[in-house]
Amino acid sequence: MSLLEIKNAHLKLDDKNILNGVSLSVNKGEVHAIMGPNGSGKSTLSYMLAGRDGYELEEGEILLDGISLSEMEADERARSGLFLAFQYPVELPGVGGMSFLREAVNSRRKFLGEKELDHLAFVKEARKEASKMYVKDEMLKRAVNVGFSGGEKKRFEILQMAMLKPTVSILDETDSGLDVDALKIVSDGVNAQRNNDNAIVVITHYQRLLDYIVPDFVHILSDGLIIKSGGPELALEVEKNGYSGLINAA
Amino acid sequence: MVATQETIDKVKEVTSSYKYGFVTKLEAEKAPLGLSEEIVKFISNKKKEPKWLLDWRLKAYKKWLTMDEPNWAMVNFPKINFQDIYYYSAPKTKPKLNSLDEVDPELLKTYEKLGIPIKEQEALAGVAVDYVFDSVSVATTFREKLADEGIIFCPISEAVQNYPDLVKKYIGSVIPIGDNYYAALNSAVFTDGSFVFVPKGVKCPMELSTYFRINEQNSGQFERTLIIVEDNAYVSYLEGCTAPQRDENQLHAAVVELVAMDDAEIKYSTVQNWYPGDKDGKGGIYNFVTKRGNCLGKRSKISWTQVETGSAITWKYPSCVLKGDNSVGEFYSVAVANNAQQADTGTKMIHIGKNTKSTIISKGISAGKAQNTYRGQVQIQKNAMGSRNFTQCDSLLIGDQCGAHTVPYINQHTPSARVEHEATTSKISEDQLFYCLQRGLDSEQATSLIVNGFCKEVMKELPMEFAVEAQKLIGISLEGSVG
Repeated sequence: MSLLEIKNAHLKLDDKNILNGVSLSVNKGEVHAIMGPNGSGKSTLSYMLAGRDGYELEEGEILLDGISLSEMEADERARSGLFLAFQYPVELPGVGGMSFLREAVNSRRKFLGEKELDHLAFVKEARKEASKMYVKDEMLKRAVNVGFSGGEKKRFEILQMAMLKPTVSILDETDSGLDVDALKIVSDGVNAQRNNDNAIVVITHYQRLLDYIVPDFVHILSDGLIIKSGGPELALEVEKNGYSGLINAA
Repeated sequence: MVATQETIDKVKEVTSSYKYGFVTKLEAEKAPLGLSEEIVKFISNKKKEPKWLLDWRLKAYKKWLTMDEPNWAMVNFPKINFQDIYYYSAPKTKPKLNSLDEVDPELLKTYEKLGIPIKEQEALAGVAVDYVFDSVSVATTFREKLADEGIIFCPISEAVQNYPDLVKKYIGSVIPIGDNYYAALNSAVFTDGSFVFVPKGVKCPMELSTYFRINEQNSGQFERTLIIVEDNAYVSYLEGCTAPQRDENQLHAAVVELVAMDDAEIKYSTVQNWYPGDKDGKGGIYNFVTKRGNCLGKRSKISWTQVETGSAITWKYPSCVLKGDNSVGEFYSVAVANNAQQADTGTKMIHIGKNTKSTIISKGISAGKAQNTYRGQVQIQKNAMGSRNFTQCDSLLIGDQCGAHTVPYINQHTPSARVEHEATTSKISEDQLFYCLQRGLDSEQATSLIVNGFCKEVMKELPMEFAVEAQKLIGISLEGSVG
């Protein structure tokens, strides 16, 4: 059984068709990349999966580990193991990073029937993971994403991913706004999460990220439809010929 | 500071929106309904007061008769019938209590329901508490221990008997009887409240606390608090309040006066949770309170911290008169208004002495159909050379039917002084909520987190045990405000 199954997803925003029948199966241990030009529906797809208000499916179905997500609110989906690394992480003034992480982790642990971590155990765990992402203690004391640089924001996203141990992670344009060094740190962080029990869906505009996070499958999204699927070589084809060549061929 | 899971559970456990809405069945002794010279005499007589105090009350009553209710605040309510209120209500108990064991068990149960078992608090928390139930003070804990330090902490009615000179010297010295309509009313009919005196050089070793509870139907509560802190002394004082859930509006018109001498410091914290009325605005407390501190001495400091979540209407401006050179006034406020609540609150900083400093941090949160107004005055008088004020007013809106208003008054008469005012208004954005939800927090957890983040600068000014309580309260007050 697939870990994530998207079946014939249709979605409208303001009466405009954005997703026109997207289908995708993601198995345990796999990394999928979804590429596409601006306006192809990439971010809509990620919001739809995460259950953002206003992004409800018109038609179709999504299953996480065999369970339908349609009736679940965003927070239930998250606790069930769906994680979205945001393209533009939001600032939460006054909300300390460490406290925020702890609330999130304990919500997930509670859902899984695990004991909530006490303060000391949590701080220890958080520091360990944070150091892998080059996130300093000082940054965890600051308010979530407030005054963070582009790179810091993305590193904090991946730190959250590492702490929450999701079954399916969707990375929305995680490479945007990153220089090469930051890209490497973030990619290493993501790669360290790869295992045989989870799956990662990387949404990206550019092939560049896929040099670091090497996908098993690449899908091209255009006008709300997956028009072509293949291996990593498909991304290189995009790099070489642009999206227009592929879209015209389809 | 972030709400803990425990807080969230607590919030959920409270299914009705106001958990302090119970009524205690106690026999009460009341004055006849309404207000007259006779009632003022009745109260004074009940308290066995000296003649000077009765005369003072009568003077206030006569002054009150000539005054009109203030109408400049941004609040709307039907005219109050002052003849339809009981001005004195006391639980019927033995005339004098020798120890806590003699306190009516029903009363003790009430305080337990409120989460403040008197005995436990005495033993565990190390907080000295004065409990004011309707019109009388029922128990003051830790008195002997404080007395060893020379600190007086007792009901003001007892202070009138035991320390008449101190009371006579300072009562009305900060807020004169004719200061405003409600202060005049309070001066005429105040029933009880707390009295604190900290002598020279003494740092009060524990937090002092008063817990106010309105129980009787149609009764008003008019407590009066007087705190005097001498040279080089320090006190931190906490005030909490609740009331039963009733369909009628009840009036609370308190007066709090603080006096700080040279190098003295007073920290006064309030968590106000009077019954706010139901969702449609039926019932609830009218909270018309006058609080003012006099920084009489050089380098003295008075700091007000308030978390206002309750009351149908809040009309309250804790202020500082900065007379002593180099004295400091601070005002930290969180005011939450949900459903049909109306809050018009802020402060006055009156700079009289040289190099006086004041800081105002106000956080207003509006949800439902509530209206929340910050009203603040900063006055720098002619001789207040080198004085400074910094004001920051932030408003947070939840939903699209509520309102936030900021009304600053700035009068500056000294070129060498500096006044800064910053104001922001923001909304909890859908992006912020979605971000939190995506991390597995439910919408109430998310709101509580964002709101507590917004209030952080103020919450950190509260004593620890109060801060936790205040966070819970803010969560409860905003329950259901995010769909």
